[in-house]
Amino acid sequence: METKVTGKIIIVGDNIDTDQIYPGRFLAITDPKEIGSHCLCGVDEAIAPNFPQGGIVVAGRNFGCGSSREHAPISLLNMGASAVLADSFARIFFRNSINLGLLPIICKGIKDKVKEGQTLTLDIEAGTVTIEETGEVLQCERLGDQAMKILEAGGIKPMMRNRFGK
Amino acid sequence: MHAIEKILAKNSGRKEVKMGEIVTAKVDFAEINDLYLQTVYSFYEMGGEKVWDKERCAFVFDHYAPTPDIKSAANHKEMREFAQKNGLKFHFDTNCGVCHQVMPEAGVIYPGMIVVATDSHTTTHGAFGAMGTGCGATDMATILMTGELWFRVPEIIEVRLEGKAPKGVFPKDVILAVLGKIRADGAVYKAIDFTGSYVEELNVAGRMTICNMAVEMGAKTAYMQPNQDVLDYVSKRAVRDYEVQYTDPDYKYAESYVFNVSEMEPELACPSSVENVHTLSSVVADGEVRLNQGYIGSCTGGRFEDIEVAAKILKGHHIPEYTRLVIVPASREVMMRCMQKGYIQDLMESGATITTPGCGACLGAHEGILAPGEVCITSTNRNFPGRMGSTEALMYLASPATVAASMINGTITDPRPYL
Repeated sequence: METKVTGKIIIVGDNIDTDQIYPGRFLAITDPKEIGSHCLCGVDEAIAPNFPQGGIVVAGRNFGCGSSREHAPISLLNMGASAVLADSFARIFFRNSINLGLLPIICKGIKDKVKEGQTLTLDIEAGTVTIEETGEVLQCERLGDQAMKILEAGGIKPMMRNRFGK
Repeated sequence: MHAIEKILAKNSGRKEVKMGEIVTAKVDFAEINDLYLQTVYSFYEMGGEKVWDKERCAFVFDHYAPTPDIKSAANHKEMREFAQKNGLKFHFDTNCGVCHQVMPEAGVIYPGMIVVATDSHTTTHGAFGAMGTGCGATDMATILMTGELWFRVPEIIEVRLEGKAPKGVFPKDVILAVLGKIRADGAVYKAIDFTGSYVEELNVAGRMTICNMAVEMGAKTAYMQPNQDVLDYVSKRAVRDYEVQYTDPDYKYAESYVFNVSEMEPELACPSSVENVHTLSSVVADGEVRLNQGYIGSCTGGRFEDIEVAAKILKGHHIPEYTRLVIVPASREVMMRCMQKGYIQDLMESGATITTPGCGACLGAHEGILAPGEVCITSTNRNFPGRMGSTEALMYLASPATVAASMINGTITDPRPYL
């Protein structure tokens, strides 16, 4: 698996809940691309159409709080996001993200150390985030063994297919 | 060990488990709600053929009950086909209600079990001494294939609730007061054990309301030691034998918070965060808050006791013109009990709208959506921006009694003079 990710960032606030990531009125949608087109529209409808491919979402505390809807990480991935860096994550959102291969990385205080539009390189093995424009290196938390095992398998779906010999 | 750890140990075939350990545990019941057709898709994508146990999993069609549009109708159709193909013993279609009310009523929730559902409010079932937790669509699909899920054994924090609630203070007020203190991320990845004399005396409905909102602090699960009220409830309904688990007397909690319920007041979570909690008296003192809509319903505040108090407050009053009250009983059983007691009649005479049991507008799906600039007071669990419709609408979370009292004049009102 790729252990380094480089992308342009957007910055959002604290307690970005799953209704702001993916509002309830769109929950009947099942097409992943269409789900991606509504991502973060509860924060700003202009985010998804302008999101840089492979980009990184930077947030404050408790990102993904609220519902268990898997639409939240599905929408982030299909909008083009590769990772979310935040002070903390809600538990179900964290699990769903790992299962689907979106990187939820705890990086305390990141929101106040970066600027909108900068490019970051995340190294999940080293546990670092580098601001490409300035060369500054920030520390982030490493993922646990269980999360890494799922990511290394390419997500929970390939892991299960492998287990069942499919 | 804590009771939650004993449940995890038992279901993972171990003598004991330790905080931070990853265990793979058997799931006693798995529930999929109707937002999660992705579960069926993920099941097939991963090579699933038949569910592991057709008596231990079920769909509940609650978020789109009955269906508001063609897309949700098509989703229900695919889910029904999956349920029928697998010969599922339990199926809860659009005539049943909210999953967290319907499952205990059907007897599939009992002490000492693990229940996992595709819904964050699965913490509700701690009210019964069960370990309930929410998961996403694909985690659920892995359960349908294997009957198991991996868990990190959580840190357990104690929220001790002592004393007796004064008049006008309901379980919803108590949990809002707790939430205001512990905050929206104060229990992320952790379990909350609610203890204390208030909990020991609390009825099933009140316990469910409090455990339900544990997830609003980020909790993985909630727990309350079953009392006689719980045992009476489950003994009449449980579809399986069960074993109540008890926490060892020498168990040390990671943290303990103590609240004196006797000194609490009616509370509100103000727009637009569940942790923006203030006493109702302080909000009212700051000036009149005019309302467009009141809402009583959901897995938090749509039970018999919630509708009963609202009916008693509103009987003989009429909701002002240009203000509306939407009441969504949590289940068919709840609605039928309320009908037998005449509460539905009383509420309709006061001008309320009664809708089909289910989740309704709680998550902004249908039946009571808010327009930009509108203000709503609600007995539900979340007031996130856009939760009930427009991101420019404002929501106050309150007890059902406060919602009902606020409908008398169409402004946020203290329920105490009306009780």
